[in-house]
Amino acid sequence: MIQKIISQIDREQTRKEPLAPIAVGDTVKVHVTIREGDKERVQPFSGTVIAIRRGVGGGSFVVRRVSHGVAVEKIFPFQCPHVTKVEVESKARVRRAKLYFLRGRSGKQARLSRKE
Amino acid sequence: MEGLLGRKMGMTRIFTEKGEQLPVTVLEAGPCVVVQRKRRETDGYEAVQLGFAERKASRTNRPLGGHYKKAGVTPKGVLREFPVEAGEAVQAGDTVTAAIFEGISHVDVQAVTKGKGFQGVVKRHGFAGGPITHGGHSKRRPGSIGCRTWPARVHKNKRMPGHAGHVRVTQQNLQVVAVRPAENLLLVKGAVPGPVGGVVAIRKALKKANKSS
Repeated sequence: MIQKIISQIDREQTRKEPLAPIAVGDTVKVHVTIREGDKERVQPFSGTVIAIRRGVGGGSFVVRRVSHGVAVEKIFPFQCPHVTKVEVESKARVRRAKLYFLRGRSGKQARLSRKE
Repeated sequence: MEGLLGRKMGMTRIFTEKGEQLPVTVLEAGPCVVVQRKRRETDGYEAVQLGFAERKASRTNRPLGGHYKKAGVTPKGVLREFPVEAGEAVQAGDTVTAAIFEGISHVDVQAVTKGKGFQGVVKRHGFAGGPITHGGHSKRRPGSIGCRTWPARVHKNKRMPGHAGHVRVTQQNLQVVAVRPAENLLLVKGAVPGPVGGVVAIRKALKKANKSS
């Protein structure tokens, strides 16, 4: 009974249509709604998925991008209502679940091999 | 009405409008039934005695059974008093729901914490303990507990090992995230003492100015 109520609340928080399936190593474009004053607009954030965390509440994924020489990592919960869409731009062949080693690399060393 | 009885249902998280995740505790808040209205003339103070959760009539002893019968309600599992204003029109038999928390920004939650059993001073009182390495012989011991020939005894209330937990604790100023009177649910930000399924007393926060109270 108690668990039912908790899962009922969790279900209300779950998005109706799941996001496009992503995998570690994918280059993705995440569409995030941003509020500026009382205006809402969508801002895309493109980068590499370096980690996917599963768990209760849907889990989250980490997107890393390097812009103007500064690396930015953002953590997006799968169920976050502000994440409206995820587009997979390319996929890469990776051999581990978490690509944290990319943090220590830059330039050509930070490339991943393409997967068709 | 200042508060009511409820039950802890567990924790989860919800997303705010800003897109942030908010840890919430789900509380079943009522419905409670007024079992007795205490008045200044008869009892010396103003209060309501609320009953929460059903109890079998066969498991209720006769003195208590008569108490419920007088109010015209079914036997309840838990009873507790809450203060009310003298002019408030509540009487025995009335039902109190989570709707009393609508428009309230903060609540206090009172509950009995999880029992931890017999614990040492490190867990029970947060002592630092002794050195673990360099030949430490008092790793989790309390160390010295007093002086010498004077006072030749241990001071009263010296913090020592013993039973930890299972005490009534008030968690003050928990932010109300959502009130759902239809489902008897109240969502508050953060943790609440006690186990899942434990009985809690919820009241409007004493130390926060609640706009509509």
